[in-house]
Amino acid sequence: MQTIESLQQALRNNLYIADRGLATAIFLALKLQRPLFLEGEPGVGKTEVAKVIAGLQKTELIRLQCYEGLDVNQAVYEWNYTRQLLHIRLMEARGERATEAELFGPEYLLRRPLLQAVENTKADSPVLLIDEIDRSDEEFEAFLLEVLSDFQITIPEIGTIRAEHPPVVILTSNRTREVHDALKRRCLYYWIDYPSFEKELEIVRAKVPNAPEALAKQVTGFIQELRRIELYKVPGVAETLDWTAALVALDQQALELNIVEDTLGVILKYQDDVIQIRGQQAGLILDRVRVNQA
Amino acid sequence: MTAPQSSGNLLHNLLLFGRVLRGLGMDINPGRMIDLVDALAYIQLGYKQDFYHACRSLLVHDKEDIPLFDQAFERFWRKHDGGWFDIGVPSLPRQKQQSERIITPPPLSDSAEPPEQDKADQGEAEEEDLLQILEVTQTYSDQETLRHKDFAELTPDELATIKLLIVSLAWHLGRRMTRRQRPGRGPTFDMRRSLRRNLRYGGEMIEWPTRKKKDKPRPLVVIADISGSMERYTRLLLHFIYGLSEGLDEVVEAFVFSTRLTHITRQLRNKDIDQAMHRISQAVPDWSGGTRIGEAFKRFNYDWGRRVLGRGAVVLIISDGWDRGEPELLGQEMARLQRSSYRLIWLNPLLGSPRYEPLTRGIQAAMPYIDDFLPVHNLASLQELATHLAQVSSRSRK
Repeated sequence: MQTIESLQQALRNNLYIADRGLATAIFLALKLQRPLFLEGEPGVGKTEVAKVIAGLQKTELIRLQCYEGLDVNQAVYEWNYTRQLLHIRLMEARGERATEAELFGPEYLLRRPLLQAVENTKADSPVLLIDEIDRSDEEFEAFLLEVLSDFQITIPEIGTIRAEHPPVVILTSNRTREVHDALKRRCLYYWIDYPSFEKELEIVRAKVPNAPEALAKQVTGFIQELRRIELYKVPGVAETLDWTAALVALDQQALELNIVEDTLGVILKYQDDVIQIRGQQAGLILDRVRVNQA
Repeated sequence: MTAPQSSGNLLHNLLLFGRVLRGLGMDINPGRMIDLVDALAYIQLGYKQDFYHACRSLLVHDKEDIPLFDQAFERFWRKHDGGWFDIGVPSLPRQKQQSERIITPPPLSDSAEPPEQDKADQGEAEEEDLLQILEVTQTYSDQETLRHKDFAELTPDELATIKLLIVSLAWHLGRRMTRRQRPGRGPTFDMRRSLRRNLRYGGEMIEWPTRKKKDKPRPLVVIADISGSMERYTRLLLHFIYGLSEGLDEVVEAFVFSTRLTHITRQLRNKDIDQAMHRISQAVPDWSGGTRIGEAFKRFNYDWGRRVLGRGAVVLIISDGWDRGEPELLGQEMARLQRSSYRLIWLNPLLGSPRYEPLTRGIQAAMPYIDDFLPVHNLASLQELATHLAQVSSRSRK
């Protein structure tokens, strides 16, 4: 991938429609070998970036889903206690005693995502996706900072493992919490916004190819209008795609008010929002969409 | 950094741009600037959009800084005769005369020294101008005129009381269980330690070390009213909030509102209280304006609720409840606020007066959702607040 254009095109060929800005950020992250920090509202395609980069580079995607309390046992490595205990019993049965070196050897190690990413022996760098980092806590952030700065992990019983081919790291955040500046500072930062009508339509066409053109346009238009209304939870691109797929499954050729009302739950996830939109509002939006596209 | 002669100007301008951004309060360090110079090798400089995105992805790491960055970028890299990447201020001829200095960039030390100290020449004056131009844009609000507030010092007595109060508050805000575990007496077995300990018994599991959950202080969110009717308390309040954010371990998220809601957490994070107050006075566009409490809470619920209330936060509202907006809206937003917080405390300065009864429409609408309705008219009542918080620790739902 020598230019931003070629990267953008390659992403498009893999059904990911990226703005020039996002393509630039991805391009630089790959060239500078820096982690890429993607922030944005839920459902704008942050996680998808990691998947599509792994697809482009034909490498493995290693995913670490973050949550509060995520610790080394779950993120880096854990010992396989069951096997260790069995081994101890087996040795005992033979009248021997298991030594520590045996028990804490690589064959009893359970490799969690971060270790997998660092230990990779293949020629290509894997893509490491650290998903929803905002769900983790300060303790994990601090640990991650250490790993991301030199891509090495120390296991006391085994030693230090250093990455031969540092992974391509993508971090995502829904911004439910402010992630510490020190971590963000190590990364390239990109804020993924909701797409424009044209871009979203392009995404719908790419991802739901069997949707009738008129329906795709109306759905996109409807969602775009919804994003202008004050909602507690604004639908993302993921909702647009789900909705289109749902309507295709219902054999719809175009949006009808009764179908919109029946399927509102696909795009609105809060009861307050559903109540606000259902009925008159939905009708008004639909009229506007029809006028705009007439 | 050995840059070819032709890019000397660009390099100089880049460093200058970095300083301008730093002057605007953005977090730019020399390491980032070096990364940016590296990055420029990979993009086509003639294409402004790519240059913009390269700068943005490396220099900005917070969505909130993007508008500020955009303005600075537009002003700084204005199109000039030579090409867009020449600096916009009329400094080009003079810069050529000083080419000796330009090619050697200022020392890249970690300390972000103020520009006045390292050199004093004409380029300096221009930089100052530029900083001044950009200073004005810091709040990016065109319509509302900035009214600077005078935050005089509090008397030592007052300050001492505030400190005392904060200590007791920090004690009583309560703690919450996190989902992180550490060794200790608790319900889950610590397999890693169990195995290690029992190795010496030849695999017979005799000792069972356990893990317990770690607890942390609850996050605190303060939403303070700075409208006209609250004017006489504003100074005290801001000092109080500053003291809280300095004194508690957890980050205190702070907001002020009169007609609009302003997030002031970042401005508060300043070692120097006067500087923090200055920054706040710059950031808030509507000092002593009207009050639209419902609207302000709605903004809070929609834009911030999910971000700052996630982990069992205690919400502290400080307002007299004089609302010129719709009481229905206020009630509705208060309900939502209460649902998403661990405890909702309303401090009211008027409650100090013996004749006061919460009859204003705003307060009437909000009352059902308030967990604690307490006076805050003077420092003594702040102390009572601490005592009260000690007595009630969990919400009794109405």
